[in-house]
Amino acid sequence: MSEVKEKEALFSKNNRKLLTNPLDSDNPITVQVLGICSALAITVKLEPAIVMSLSVLFVLGAGNVIISLMRNIIPSRIRIIVQLVVVAALVILVDQVLKAYLFDVSKQLSVFVGLIITNCIVMGRFEAFALGNTPWKSFLDGVGNSAGYGMILIIVSFFRELFGSGALFGQQIIPESFYEAGYVNNGMMLLPPMALIVVGIVIWVQRVRNTSLVEAN
Amino acid sequence: MKFLRDALDGIKPNFISGGKWEKWNPVFETFETFLFTPDHVTTSGSHIRDGVDMKRLMTVVVLALFPALFFGMYNIGYFHFEQLVAIGQLPSYTFMEAFLFGLWKMLPIIIVSYGVGLGIEFIFAMFYGHSIHEGYFVTGMLIPLIVPVDLPLWMLAVAIVFGVVIGKEIFGGTGMNILNPALVVRAFLFFAYPTFMSGDKVWVAGASEIDGMSGATILGQLGSGAEAVVAQSYSVMDMFIGLIPGSIGETSTLAILMGAVVLLLAGVASWRIMLSGVIGAGIMSALFLLWGGALTDASALIGLKPLMDFGFNHLLVGGFAFGLVFMATDPVSATQTNTGKWIYGFLIGFLSILLRVLNGFPEAVMLVILLLNVFAPTIDHYVVQASVKRRNKRVEDRIKKALSA
Repeated sequence: MSEVKEKEALFSKNNRKLLTNPLDSDNPITVQVLGICSALAITVKLEPAIVMSLSVLFVLGAGNVIISLMRNIIPSRIRIIVQLVVVAALVILVDQVLKAYLFDVSKQLSVFVGLIITNCIVMGRFEAFALGNTPWKSFLDGVGNSAGYGMILIIVSFFRELFGSGALFGQQIIPESFYEAGYVNNGMMLLPPMALIVVGIVIWVQRVRNTSLVEAN
Repeated sequence: MKFLRDALDGIKPNFISGGKWEKWNPVFETFETFLFTPDHVTTSGSHIRDGVDMKRLMTVVVLALFPALFFGMYNIGYFHFEQLVAIGQLPSYTFMEAFLFGLWKMLPIIIVSYGVGLGIEFIFAMFYGHSIHEGYFVTGMLIPLIVPVDLPLWMLAVAIVFGVVIGKEIFGGTGMNILNPALVVRAFLFFAYPTFMSGDKVWVAGASEIDGMSGATILGQLGSGAEAVVAQSYSVMDMFIGLIPGSIGETSTLAILMGAVVLLLAGVASWRIMLSGVIGAGIMSALFLLWGGALTDASALIGLKPLMDFGFNHLLVGGFAFGLVFMATDPVSATQTNTGKWIYGFLIGFLSILLRVLNGFPEAVMLVILLLNVFAPTIDHYVVQASVKRRNKRVEDRIKKALSA
């Protein structure tokens, strides 16, 4: 027993917090307002949003571990360039895999896979967390943050695809009889500004639920 | 009146704090203050409280909208029956028939507008425990006047939910909105359901169902190069009186001017915004008249020539008058300083015509007012800062003078 106490359990309370905090009270998109650009661009449909979330999950999870492993040997003056090399290598890996196995989605995501390199969330977590923590914690932190990012992406793209195209995963959901009765897809849902508004509504709902996020005036 | 007062007093205890239906207090309060002047009095200090509360103010604006509303009703019927006569489905019609047809078309739109909008206001008032905001009395009347007559009602309802919640409630309700909610509703409709907000089938009642009926707006026709048709069908007088296709209440400059007089006499709207808006639009139109020929010689811009040659008629069409009188002057979303109002109004006029001609947006007035709504606080900020600087300098100069003397 005493030995276990010395070493922190894999899923201790603190470690679990690393995973769950980014889902709500420290969400990268709705609280830290990072990675907004890609959230607006690739949430028109559910499928690319999920692929994008998984890509970021891989890049951030693996990248955090790699940076954390190297944290004691990276000279601090050139740490940004080292981080860039790591994230660029991982993104190229993801990009090639997508091109090989999911070509259609890869085309829809276009430059945004490449732009994961500049996604503020990735660099932010490298700088703020992986450089100062052990690999396992960094891994949890990376997974947690990309899950928080992906969660918002999926929520937003769900509503945008449902009301903008009347479909989910490309399958028509709203029945044909609705269209015959005069229902029309909402064209504004397909435009990026609406993604911003949907993110705004998510933030609103989140703050009604979680009042600790509301800033005092 | 006495029995109404007694009836209200009789049920009032149920609604005040601790009563049976205290949750419904906002609803009760709305109806009470709608029927009777509120009895709030100042209890301390030397404030003077005017009996005219916001509800009375809003009533003035709604009254000012009536000429445009009634003309809009007639215009709906006028175009519907004119076209039926033209394609030979109807021998003739009377003025009254046209008006009643328009009334029949307008009623559902007005009912949906007030029903949905006030419903949301009630929900928010009960949720946050404040009294119902009066702002929607005006917004609810503005919205039916700026949509095409054949707009499906469910679309209107969706847009109103969006406009009232996103345009107003999330900022804190009436008095806190940075955008004009009625324009948010229209902008939402324009981007979400473009096929129902433009083209030549939506502006005349029944055009989408009956073959042979159509009517593009003047700006739409000019944009597509049909300037000869416009010149043939509509005289400048038609444009001024409002016998042109368009959104329901925005066609008649004459009726809107009547409303403007009411607003100005009551002191509700700012004459500075209206005047500077007209000046701005006039200058831009004049510039296009002046330089239109030279600009359109370059072949890429040749399609814009009809719009440029339209000249000062721009001030009579495309909802310019309606936007300037009823939308731009909204005291909440407009600038607050007097200098700011001149700048704000001028830019609305100037940019509306610019965007309308060069971008080919017939809806330019709506988009520009929304844009300037966003910039209004910035304009005010710089106006106030300039004033502070000027005053500081004056004080400095005096001190220097006093020291040197």
